[in-house]
Amino acid sequence: MAIPARRRAADVTAFIFATAATLFGLVWLFWILWTTLLHGAAALTPTLFRETTPPPGVSGGGLLNAFYGSAVMIFLGVLIGAPVGVAAGTFLAEHGRFTRLAAIVSFINDILLSAPSIVVGLFVYELVVRPQGHFSGFAGAIALAIIVLPIVVRTTEESLRLVPDQMREAGFALGLPRWRVTRQILYKAALSAILTGILLGVARITGETAPLLFTALNNQFWSANLNAPLANVPVVIFQYAMSPYDDWQKLAWAGAFVLTAFVLILNILVRVLASKGKSK
Amino acid sequence: MNETAAALRIAVPSDSGTSESDSQAPTAIDIRDLNFYYGKSHALKQVNMAVPVNAVTAIIGPSGCGKSTLLRTINRIYEMYPEQYATGDIIIDGRDVLDRRYPLSDLRRLVGMVFQKPTPFPSSIRANVAFALSYYERLSKSELDDRIEDALRQAALWDEVKDKLNRSALSLSGGQQQRLCIARTIAVRPEILLLDEATSALDPISTAKVEELIHELRERFTIVVVTHNMQQAARISQRTAFFHLGELIEFGSTSEIFTNPHEQRTKDYITGRFG
Repeated sequence: MAIPARRRAADVTAFIFATAATLFGLVWLFWILWTTLLHGAAALTPTLFRETTPPPGVSGGGLLNAFYGSAVMIFLGVLIGAPVGVAAGTFLAEHGRFTRLAAIVSFINDILLSAPSIVVGLFVYELVVRPQGHFSGFAGAIALAIIVLPIVVRTTEESLRLVPDQMREAGFALGLPRWRVTRQILYKAALSAILTGILLGVARITGETAPLLFTALNNQFWSANLNAPLANVPVVIFQYAMSPYDDWQKLAWAGAFVLTAFVLILNILVRVLASKGKSK
Repeated sequence: MNETAAALRIAVPSDSGTSESDSQAPTAIDIRDLNFYYGKSHALKQVNMAVPVNAVTAIIGPSGCGKSTLLRTINRIYEMYPEQYATGDIIIDGRDVLDRRYPLSDLRRLVGMVFQKPTPFPSSIRANVAFALSYYERLSKSELDDRIEDALRQAALWDEVKDKLNRSALSLSGGQQQRLCIARTIAVRPEILLLDEATSALDPISTAKVEELIHELRERFTIVVVTHNMQQAARISQRTAFFHLGELIEFGSTSEIFTNPHEQRTKDYITGRFG
């Protein structure tokens, strides 16, 4: 049967607009990736992962101290944020289910989720840095933990909610207490989704700059001391990109490239994990 | 409502109310003046019913008549949800299990339940059976293995899974999954088994296997099945209760309910006039 011309025109118009909007979004994404790749790949040198940040005017050098600092703070941030987040998400989806408290906590978590990261940085500055009298890698880790927390809370809550109630009923019908049902049955069913949430949290904090400016600051030299200012990739990129020195700008590009590649790989990993969870 | 309930007590005392005088069939579950509410909706109305021990009791009735609700009341699984509550008594082994002081884990060890859709846990076949077992009892590895084998044998699943106990339970077929659910339920040695339309999601061959299993389990357990399928009720049960709109209309021996029901509504339902 022939489709009326008017309906077909509407269909074609919708198709064109939707496609154009998609392309518009993709253009910027690819432009960013392309520029980063172009400048970053050119700045990739054998010394990037071997040497620390050089003084201005000295060619060579690398970002070893920044990579190390970032890795440590991300690791610590997730180590603090993820368990608390999973526990809080479990409370919201299981123990606190149907309660007013859970509804309120969930709402507040949403606010925290969209809180500007610079506010989190300032908060930790007041909380840790000022009383201590100096910037520290530890303060940076706390700031990152606060950013990871609401992401993990939210994804844990959502992934537990996706486990059908039949599974809970089956567990309870066997007489198992709630914590056993949660630990032995629900966590297993929601495992890949919860891990996905944590990885997304890692991806999110990898590029965070503002909270680190107020907490870990930066360190020009090699330092593994968590109680002192700690170098990190985002702040180094910020400082070096703004600097007038050519070598520093190149290092900033290299840092940006590594950061982008890391987040990209993480996102692909998330995809793989999520599809695995589904196919089960 | 009260009229019907009153009429009931008069109409079927020989079947439900006087288990003490009926020495052949002692009562396993004595349900007295049971009412159940989903919030404001009154789902079970003044139910009185004595479920005999070591027999299969079938509960039939049209959708929404309260048959699943009755099962969910017996093991108090409804307590998971706020706004659902029951009044009245359910006496098992001389104690009122609806009493809040009756510990849930004791009750659910005594009363096992199998659901409409198979609900294997996302773990190995072995772990599915072991979860509840190792929660209730301290068993050595070999004792645990014996009990798992025993439960799987009783559920007529052992021969099919004995070589792959560590495989995921999700890899089993629907019928096997349902028998696994039965196995993990009987592994903790309950006295009562509740089957909530346990075969309605299965193919005919798996259904036949589960029905056969119910027949075998009857000697060791008191079994209550909810079913949509009247032929199934007739095949597997000794007693049948007919529910309509939350009320127990008639409860008697299966042969009598299906051949010579006392109540007009039972007759109408059985002959397919509604439902």
